[in-house]
Amino acid sequence: MGGLARFLDSDFLYSFKRSPVALISAIVLAICVGAAVLAPILAPYNPFDLASLSLMDSFHPPAFESEGDASHLIGTDDQGRDMLSAIMYGTRISIFVGLLAIGFALTVGITVGLVAGYMGGAVDAVLMRIADVQLTFPAILIALLVDGILRAALPREFHSKMEIWVLIFAIGIARWPQFARTVRGSTLVERGREYVMAAQVIGLSSRRIMISHILPNVLGPVLVIATLNLGLAILDEATLSFLGVGLAPTEPSLGTLIRIGNNFLFSGEWWITIFPGLTLAAMVLSINLLGDWLRDALNPRLR
Amino acid sequence: MADIVLQAEGVTRDFEVSRPLLQRMLSGEARRTLRAVDDVSFSIEKGTTLSLVGESGCGKSTIARLAVGLYRPSSGEIRFEGQPLSAARAQAALRRRMNMIFQDPYASLNPRWRVRDIVAEPIRAFGLLSSAKDIADRVGQLLTQVGLAAADGEKYPHEFSGGQRQRISIARALSSEPDFLVCDEPTSALDVSVQAQILNLMRDLQQQFGLTYLFISHNLAVVRHMSDRLGVMYLGRIVELGAGETLFRAARHPYMRLLLEAIPDLAMVGRTRTPVGGEVPSPIAPPPGCTFHPRCPLANERCRVEKPLHAVVDGVAVACHAVAEGRA
Amino acid sequence: MALLDVENLVVEFPTRRGVLRAIDEVSFSIDPGEVLGVVGESGAGKSLTGAAIIGLLEPPGRVAGGRIMLNGQRIDDLSPERMRVLRGRQIGAIFQDPLTTLNPLYSIGRQLVETMQTHLPLSDRDAKERAIKWLEDVGIPAARARIDAYPHEFSGGMRQRVVIALALCAEPRLIIADEPTTALDVSIQAQIIALLKRVTREHGTAVMLVTHDMGVIAETADRVAVMYAGRIAEIGPVRDVVQSAAHPYTEGLMGSIPSLEHRVDRLRQIDGAMPRLTAIPKGCAFNPRCPSAFARCGEERPDLLPAGATRAACWLHAGGARG
Repeated sequence: MGGLARFLDSDFLYSFKRSPVALISAIVLAICVGAAVLAPILAPYNPFDLASLSLMDSFHPPAFESEGDASHLIGTDDQGRDMLSAIMYGTRISIFVGLLAIGFALTVGITVGLVAGYMGGAVDAVLMRIADVQLTFPAILIALLVDGILRAALPREFHSKMEIWVLIFAIGIARWPQFARTVRGSTLVERGREYVMAAQVIGLSSRRIMISHILPNVLGPVLVIATLNLGLAILDEATLSFLGVGLAPTEPSLGTLIRIGNNFLFSGEWWITIFPGLTLAAMVLSINLLGDWLRDALNPRLR
Repeated sequence: MADIVLQAEGVTRDFEVSRPLLQRMLSGEARRTLRAVDDVSFSIEKGTTLSLVGESGCGKSTIARLAVGLYRPSSGEIRFEGQPLSAARAQAALRRRMNMIFQDPYASLNPRWRVRDIVAEPIRAFGLLSSAKDIADRVGQLLTQVGLAAADGEKYPHEFSGGQRQRISIARALSSEPDFLVCDEPTSALDVSVQAQILNLMRDLQQQFGLTYLFISHNLAVVRHMSDRLGVMYLGRIVELGAGETLFRAARHPYMRLLLEAIPDLAMVGRTRTPVGGEVPSPIAPPPGCTFHPRCPLANERCRVEKPLHAVVDGVAVACHAVAEGRA
Repeated sequence: MALLDVENLVVEFPTRRGVLRAIDEVSFSIDPGEVLGVVGESGAGKSLTGAAIIGLLEPPGRVAGGRIMLNGQRIDDLSPERMRVLRGRQIGAIFQDPLTTLNPLYSIGRQLVETMQTHLPLSDRDAKERAIKWLEDVGIPAARARIDAYPHEFSGGMRQRVVIALALCAEPRLIIADEPTTALDVSIQAQIIALLKRVTREHGTAVMLVTHDMGVIAETADRVAVMYAGRIAEIGPVRDVVQSAAHPYTEGLMGSIPSLEHRVDRLRQIDGAMPRLTAIPKGCAFNPRCPSAFARCGEERPDLLPAGATRAACWLHAGGARG
């Protein structure tokens, strides 16, 4: 049976098709991701093209309001940017930051977890105490700290160029301990299994055993947690941007858009903050619901 | 004298069972160790099977792991083909000649690997063959040898039954062309009819390739079927060691006699036995003297204080004061 | 009259690929005070049969046909609440792992007292005295001093003794013992078997002993049922089944067990493996592995037929009906 045929016949797909929550979440997420990825093609305007912006267009309400304008479906912001386009591009940035931050956290977390779990002893004790200490602080606080330190340490010019990478690093470093702990736990279990002993008997190196034997077997649970954390990482980015330490208004992410809109919420221009907010909420919620479903679907004991 | 493949001399292995350093310091506890294997000596001749039998916690699995170098002895020495084991295992050419078969057919095969890759792993690790075609041919040949089909290599372990998985495990062990196999309870997770298939296969392979087995089991009937020589273990020590037939015909050590008495057997329909009482003490705090004395019907004052040494009578080594004194 | 009467029991598991029939028309009975051994390889349905009788089938498994009668009363259609009362009072259970039966948070004395008081009208004082007596009965040394100890303070063998006391203390008529000695070392196993035999005999309790270990059955049971692929292949007095089996599967099974008494060069082996529930062969489920199979075996499914002292589900005995 080929890989595709096996997948189409799997219990996994079966349970997916039978779960309305998973189906709806997947559709919402697909719309968000589709709109974000295809933003340059689908978006009616290019919000980064400063030349096309005109203050004359600012504060247009959404098209369905009485003063609305059909050319800006959900209105414009204070700079005259089309909100729909800004949200599509903003989502693109948010997803990009979230994915890379989680990718970074996964790389660090999996490596640390594998080494700690397989080597044990003092290596394990030291690595896990570091993770424990970091886990006692909220992730967002760590991200703020790291961001602040880098902001102070890097030359101003360099920092503003590297802004998005600093953000990714800060969020990623804040989220690795959870992955490390999970991977270490699974590694401890796998290390005691006889297939690992079989590899040790023929004299394979620890590195090779960790990578080719243990890693494929510990990946499942940590990927589920990564899914749940992706939603949180996107929220982290929004929070940091909302607090003003994230991305600049010239290249707004969803968080930046919410922050800008927040200034006008009480003067009646609600759409500038509400629509990015709704997009963020819908996206994070669907990621979390999908993650929850994935966890249950992959856990044979709950079936 | 025939070639000795594996020889253990005065092998002892301790494990630390203390709590973590920080907790130990806070509560002022001393380090605690567990002596899993205590002053064990044996040797295995080429082409024969030495079995070690005993109840859980007697140290037989620890010896299995010591014998392939997964653990190092705390003291004493193990020699493989005349060389110290650690030196032998440092050379790929010698390491290739020993391999292991495990107890749990559900844990001994990596669930994410195809069977062909599982069986080929030792071939690749030792660089025995290089071309993909040669490796595939060899894997097919190995799978056929253990009673599976060459095409089974494409499948994953979960597609097989327990007995078939154990065959895969045996094919993997054979793929490095070893002379010496350590078999750690290879059939205790299997149903009896499957057990018979696997035991027959192991005997056939032994004859075909002149294999030497160190066979670990808790099942005396299985051990009787498989072994040339037999060691009976209790709390880390070999209490009786000799030719299998002799031990089954005329066991001397009271523990071996207790075991023979305790095993339910098909021939005993409706028979009522008077089982011997007591349980195996914790190896963390073994009794002084002969560790079997709290359960031994022959124990006297000497047994309670003095550890018995092995005395060889008729080629059987027995560690028992009662036997040595002629009280048994 | 039989104490337990199982008639044409069917247990099914609905799955997305269709309904799996794990137990297929199994019938047997147990008399008061009798020990019926149920043997078979893993997946043969022996544990499920026990679980179906005590109403502890794990969903989605369900009794899909047949009747289970205890003392002439039908019990397979009782509500979970009535079944709970019946368990303990009428049917006791002993499982492989004592820790699944014992509550780690309560002392063993409290568990015994509560079980007895749930089912029997006893004062606290009497219940405690009885609990101590039960513990002494199952061979717990210094029972009076250890009645307030917790399960983790006992060794595996001692825990299984406590479980036996717990299963028997409400004086049920029937005990379902599912692999009660499998997790124990041989020397302890012998003690537990002897204990189970003695205590049930003293109290006239019937036992359904489920195990994969023929040696345990040979020693303990009066009659034995051999299960294969969800059906009973052969049932009869233990001596006849062990020494002169009528079903080729039973015969092969007995021959494959290595003996302590004598050594053979090759063990007798049955080639192949028991079929999975998804692929039960047509006709007799054993026919592809059977050395004596003939045309009819691949076509029609045999019911239990009289075969000498036992009854076997095998067409070889179709002509020799003496029953």
